[in-house]
Amino acid sequence: MARGAQPISRWPGIVAAVLIVAAVLAAFVAIFWRAEAGTGLRAAEWQAIRFTLWQAFFSALISVVLAVPVARALARRRLPGHTLLITLLGAPFILPVIVAVMGLLTIFGRNGWLNAVLGALGLPEVSIYGAHGVVLAHVFFNMPLATRLILQGWQAVPAERFRLVGQLGLPPRVVFRTVEWPILRQVVPGAFALIFVLCLTSFAVALTLGGGPRATTIELAIYQAFRFDFDLNRAAVLSLLQLCVAGSAALVALWVLPPLAVQGGQDRPLQRWDGKGALIRSADMLWIGAGAMFLLSPLLSVLLSGLIGLGQLPLSVWAAAWTSLWIAVLSTFMLLILALPLTAWLALSKRGGGEGITMLGLAASPLMIGTGWFILIYPFADPQALALPITAIVNALMALPFAVRILLPPLRQAVTDHGRLSAALGLRGLAMWRIVLVPRIRRPLGFAAGLTAALSVGDLGVIALFADPDVATLPLQMYRLMGSYRTDAAAGAALVLLALALAVFWLCDAWGRRDVAG
Amino acid sequence: MLRVEDLKVQQGDFTLQASFDVARGRQVAVIGPSGAGKSTLLGAIGGFVPVQAGRIFVEDRDVTDATPDQRGIAMLFQDGNLFPHLTLAQNVGLGLRPALRLTAEEQARVSASLARVGLQGFEDRRPGDISGGQQSRAALARVLLQDRPVLLLDEPFAALGPALRSEMLDLTRDVACEAQATVLMITHAPDDARRVADDLLFVDAGQVHTPRPVSEMMADPPAGLRAYLGD
Repeated sequence: MARGAQPISRWPGIVAAVLIVAAVLAAFVAIFWRAEAGTGLRAAEWQAIRFTLWQAFFSALISVVLAVPVARALARRRLPGHTLLITLLGAPFILPVIVAVMGLLTIFGRNGWLNAVLGALGLPEVSIYGAHGVVLAHVFFNMPLATRLILQGWQAVPAERFRLVGQLGLPPRVVFRTVEWPILRQVVPGAFALIFVLCLTSFAVALTLGGGPRATTIELAIYQAFRFDFDLNRAAVLSLLQLCVAGSAALVALWVLPPLAVQGGQDRPLQRWDGKGALIRSADMLWIGAGAMFLLSPLLSVLLSGLIGLGQLPLSVWAAAWTSLWIAVLSTFMLLILALPLTAWLALSKRGGGEGITMLGLAASPLMIGTGWFILIYPFADPQALALPITAIVNALMALPFAVRILLPPLRQAVTDHGRLSAALGLRGLAMWRIVLVPRIRRPLGFAAGLTAALSVGDLGVIALFADPDVATLPLQMYRLMGSYRTDAAAGAALVLLALALAVFWLCDAWGRRDVAG
Repeated sequence: MLRVEDLKVQQGDFTLQASFDVARGRQVAVIGPSGAGKSTLLGAIGGFVPVQAGRIFVEDRDVTDATPDQRGIAMLFQDGNLFPHLTLAQNVGLGLRPALRLTAEEQARVSASLARVGLQGFEDRRPGDISGGQQSRAALARVLLQDRPVLLLDEPFAALGPALRSEMLDLTRDVACEAQATVLMITHAPDDARRVADDLLFVDAGQVHTPRPVSEMMADPPAGLRAYLGD
């Protein structure tokens, strides 16, 4: 194109990228400056590193291993409620962590349903607290994600190949080797890497279910150093560790990450001629049933106990809900003004390397950024007064890699399809966004905004670091209620939080779906 | 009116060279084998293809470095001339101003323009709801409102059937005559050229020949054109 013929400018995107890098870098420099030389790693730090890697590895491994048979069963069976189940597989992604933990506690906790059954059978009770509880919660969150990713891969297999398999009457072993194994080899490493990275920076799960020397993640250790000992130096050292561990893993993951589609599991009916045997069929049913149980029973328990607790909600819960809503609005707004120009810049550039910038938010953990900014603000102002804006910014940074991944392909398409006509008509800048680009990417935009809003509503991270007793988001308030053993009130708060997260997601997503012809 | 001076466009191994002049209101059919550089020529004039050397003048103004919308040129492409998510009124209204906030008077002009191309009452339809011929008409309605001295047509009617294509070419001719616009249109059909064009501009292997009246060219075609026409 001739000079100036490009309908959107790269500059806003470059500015957004610089801002993102600056925000993370400022935190990093503050920490580096604070972490005094000669502060070696103590046994506790080594243990935190070991546990962080260990739990992330097993969480990813178990999630993927369980997801493969469930995805395979879902790919070749049509049961009533199939579509609903696949939609629900997306739920844990927007489910507030603390709500899920609450649900898991109701099922697997000391007084949970599982222990009631075990007790009735005269078996010893199990405890959810500790390392295996952390892994269990991570599997609950990530097994559905892995299932959807693998299912997507499965559905990308041309129907002709299954027709050929059916025509030749190939035995299951051969089908696996010729059709299924190549897919798994493509999809599974990406799913594993994504889950591994997500679990590396896990905080809320470790905070609620872990703890103690044997189940403390680096992220949790930062929080403890900061909150309990106000040892900024130790928090800084841990933050650096977190950056090294998660940063290098995120960089590796960037190259194997699968694309995130708007409709995670497309519901294309796939006619299969193999796997008709009674044994295989009942095994599939078993896998789908077990998967659905594992996913649904904690959600159901939150619903039930929440309804009971709804009557005992203290006023503080509503105030916290209001605060959370505002943070979500602010985060979503911040995300949009960062992600849209950034994605446009990436869409215009030939090489995709710039996407690495978005991973910064993921690699530099929320608590690391929070700690850095605390150190920066501390000499000048009361960081607690800025707790909410900082939380909003960090939430936006966390959602950024997902949002960019969702928005990039459709935006690139919109520029390819309509860039020439827009240039011919002199559409550029804001008018270009308003008249052409936003309408063309409306669906994924609504989806990305919904994800951000829901993640932000449910986030329990930086806010726990900063907040004073007077300020709380709903997840933090709920955590406090759980900590003071007000179980019913906490259950009620969980229901409110769940409703709020689903509502903000639905609002944004519905905006995106509102019919735009073409 | 439209003057192209020593234009040179380099695309890999392919080089396009052109130097010609078209008087105001002339309708020029651009003809030549595939890959000869017809689309590249129009793209360069329209501001979509970078130019290595030479100048382009529209009404004696040098537009070589101007953005596509600042050249006094309206252009219709082979496809994608309408935004699928906008109504016809909005699509046409973009020809008036690219910010889409139209006054009542401007909206009336949009409706009048739609009516002129036979799309009365189609304001709120979207491109997906109407036929290909009607889509071409809507694009022409926008060109009408753009009111530019030069109109470039890169085979916008190629996908239409013969009868519909002739109809659209006639309509284009009428619209261009009313606006006294200079037209360059790519075509593959000599009959189309005879039907609507005043001049013929033959492009062959990157060389652009000087446009000459259609009847004159057809009566005594140069060697390359004779080979292309196949007689």
